[in-house]
Amino acid sequence: MQQFLTQTGSNSSAATSPPASPQPRLRQQQAPRKERDPQNKEKEAPPAAMADEHQDLTRAFAGLGGLGVDETALVSALGRWRRQPEKRAQFRRGFLGFFSASAGAVAGIERCEDEYLLHLKAEFARFKDAAVLWAMHPWERDARWAHHVLHKAHPPQVLVEVACTRAADDLLGARRAYQALYHRSLEEDVAYRVRDANASLLVGLVSAYRYEGACVSEDLATEEAKALAAAVRSAPAAATKLVQNEQVVRVLATRSKPQLRATFRVYMELHGKPLEEDLAAEPCLREAVKCLDSPPKYFSEVISRAFSDDADRQAKAALTRVLVSRADTDMEDIKDAYARQYGAKLADAVAKNTHGHYKDALLAIIGK
Amino acid sequence: MATLTVPSSVPAVAEDCEQLHKAFEGWGTNEKLIISILAHRNAAQRRAIRRAYADVYGKELLRALGDEIHGKFERAVILWTLDPAERDAVLANEEAKKWHPGGRALVEIACARTPAQLFAAKQAYHDRFKRSLEEDVAAHVTGDFRKLLVPLVSAYRYDGPEVNTSLAHSEAKILHEKIDKKAYSDEEIIRILTTRSKAQLLATFNSYKDQFGHAINKDLKADPKDEFLATLRVIIRCFTCPDRYFEKVIRLALGGVGTDEDALTRVITTRAEVDLKLIKEAYQKRNSVPLERAVAKDTTRDYEDILVALLGAE
Repeated sequence: MQQFLTQTGSNSSAATSPPASPQPRLRQQQAPRKERDPQNKEKEAPPAAMADEHQDLTRAFAGLGGLGVDETALVSALGRWRRQPEKRAQFRRGFLGFFSASAGAVAGIERCEDEYLLHLKAEFARFKDAAVLWAMHPWERDARWAHHVLHKAHPPQVLVEVACTRAADDLLGARRAYQALYHRSLEEDVAYRVRDANASLLVGLVSAYRYEGACVSEDLATEEAKALAAAVRSAPAAATKLVQNEQVVRVLATRSKPQLRATFRVYMELHGKPLEEDLAAEPCLREAVKCLDSPPKYFSEVISRAFSDDADRQAKAALTRVLVSRADTDMEDIKDAYARQYGAKLADAVAKNTHGHYKDALLAIIGK
Repeated sequence: MATLTVPSSVPAVAEDCEQLHKAFEGWGTNEKLIISILAHRNAAQRRAIRRAYADVYGKELLRALGDEIHGKFERAVILWTLDPAERDAVLANEEAKKWHPGGRALVEIACARTPAQLFAAKQAYHDRFKRSLEEDVAAHVTGDFRKLLVPLVSAYRYDGPEVNTSLAHSEAKILHEKIDKKAYSDEEIIRILTTRSKAQLLATFNSYKDQFGHAINKDLKADPKDEFLATLRVIIRCFTCPDRYFEKVIRLALGGVGTDEDALTRVITTRAEVDLKLIKEAYQKRNSVPLERAVAKDTTRDYEDILVALLGAE
């Protein structure tokens, strides 16, 4: 939310220009992190205390770039300036990016930017989502996420995640829940709605009912590691993309997870680098391999991405999703993986990047 | 619907076990006794007998059977005695391992079972073979058949009655378009046949008939030697008219030179507790001869006895 806070007056017009990308318009203004500039507030020449108040309020309303809303600060803001609408008006005039005097000039108001309303709605909803999702049955959660992704045509990351990081019986449970909720099977909807190159991989992954035993065949692992390598090598010249390669889809969608991990290990031994590195051109495929190989590592990356400055709506929603869905399974492993990869405790990172009840909820979920 | 006849007062499980054990004793084997017990017990009863037998005699009943009886009779008795889910798993594994384009067991298991039964078969497959069914099918089946069979066995179809009629119309159109272009292994055909629910598929096939004047299978007969087309037709028939489909399998198994005992055993053991009665009626209607008589004519001795018993003879 830095960009909201560092905008100057001229930028408010940019806020109303048509979006060039699916991400919210205002994100086009990638203003660098700098001190909040109260210059416009100085125009009204409020006393220094007023400027501080404004800053506090701005921070409370805009969340300072983190996720969630600082409810306490907001409450104290609401209690302020009772019977002083002019002060509120000044606040609005100084809070560019969220309120636009020019856009509302016709009606004599500083009107709310629609972007800002959506942003606030999303930020307020984080705590509610975390609570509801926490209470929901894991299968229903997964089914609803899958349905949402398919019907809003979001990137299929969630599908890959659900299909590859859940145990076989949990994936099946999610498929059953999907049928109960939507009267169609998950495979049907994935096959019907995903029309790009990733279709056959995704259908295969969500349909899988993998053997869960520990039996691993080293010979098979070697054979399939070699087959994957051959597919990777021939991909640039092939008629279809690597993600459509039948061999690749077959191996990733049917083999048991222990078997796949052995295959990935052999691949690393044979080629000196992990398979993911060779899949840079196919994000869906790479995600699938990461999820199958080591869910904690994958999840810690997703969490870290939610904190970054240019995280989009889906990346931020992923924080709630990951923490709530893994609380009962491999949260400890995720904490370890996060510490190893980013040199910081997960709880600290969450505390730093989130606000209010949302922050408290997440910290409670993460646990000690 | 089922032809299995169970006596109105079933002996205690312990007594059944004792009788079976007696049947194995001594020099020969009392096949008639085996049939009189096992061929007249339902799945739950057979399961109880197997458990009790292992407890009392310390040996798996199926292992004991395998030691005493042989050949097609053994196969029929063992397949029959297994739980339906295990039976499907065994049949699927057999076919996957030495798969050929004319194979029907996998398609039948995927399409002539409820989604819950197919899933139970996949679980049984895990337990028995320490691999998933999809793995083995994917590893042993090749070409277009693999593109068709892997999703076919992986699907966990919606089991309810909800149907989207406009979708049925549009997908019937899509099927017709692809079939017209002879693109039989097109992704859309595979997608529709391997993911849509049974209710939705029936609506789609009905819409096909309404829109184009004849049944979809008629358009899939372009090349009588094309096994892929034959498999597509089998899939469709398993959904629309399983009893007539199985009647044909039996008719072909019995007809001509020799008898396809594997197919005969497969159909009779897998349908005796489901719809073998309907299949018998279809057979009588089509061939003017009761199925028991046709089976008795083409099979002999103990093998004949168990098939006829499962067909509901006294």
